[in-house]
Amino acid sequence: MKLKEIAAVLNATTSCGADKLEEEVEMGYSSDLMSDVLTLDTDNLILITGLVNVQAIRTAEMADIRAIVFVRNKKANEQMLELANENGLVILESPYSLFKSSGLLFQAGLKPIY
Amino acid sequence: MKLFFSIQGGDFTRAGHPSSEVKKVLKQLDIDGKTIKNIVIALYEAEVNVVAHAWRGTVSVEIDENKIIIVVEDEGPGIPDIEQAMQAGFSTASKKVREMGFGAGMGLPNMKKNTDELIIESEVGKGTKVKMINCF
Repeated sequence: MKLKEIAAVLNATTSCGADKLEEEVEMGYSSDLMSDVLTLDTDNLILITGLVNVQAIRTAEMADIRAIVFVRNKKANEQMLELANENGLVILESPYSLFKSSGLLFQAGLKPIY
Repeated sequence: MKLFFSIQGGDFTRAGHPSSEVKKVLKQLDIDGKTIKNIVIALYEAEVNVVAHAWRGTVSVEIDENKIIIVVEDEGPGIPDIEQAMQAGFSTASKKVREMGFGAGMGLPNMKKNTDELIIESEVGKGTKVKMINCF
């Protein structure tokens, strides 16, 4: 699924990496627990989370995750966006809940990891 | 090649900086992507442990042709029972740490999974030393 399709499905705004929305991701993973994200062996995925802090960005950086959706209408702060930009990450922000966002993306064909 | 970093206990805004720098260096050295991911995830988990539990710490990195040795050493409360701490789900993390998205008792097992060799030494009331080795 293209990142721009994900943004459209989630009614999301792009706060970082607008030039990379043509890129494809195959799988999605929803979690507010970064420890779980760090155990994944997959990397062509988008992280869907309500945990909005610098460590969410760092986790994506270490786990080679290229895109994050922040749900529940939460916004990334300046420090987070700076770090995301430095690492070439795409940041989307959706007004929907974690459950709704995950459901809509699953329905649209984004695959689960397990 | 040698690299050295300091970590401040409790400072979550800076956690991940050493891992990020090590990742850049390993990329420049053209190390395989999967190996880099293993190394930086293990280091990042170790950093988060120091920030979450200790007062201060250091990261020493030594890279040679066929391996990387990372030593993360802290001044902190230490680990009374390392075997128990290695069990998935065992955690003594504070509410603040959990709010940061960590503290689920998965850091040490995940460090073991991502390293070729993991050696933990700890003294209660003094601190913990973690040595991680990954071969290229």
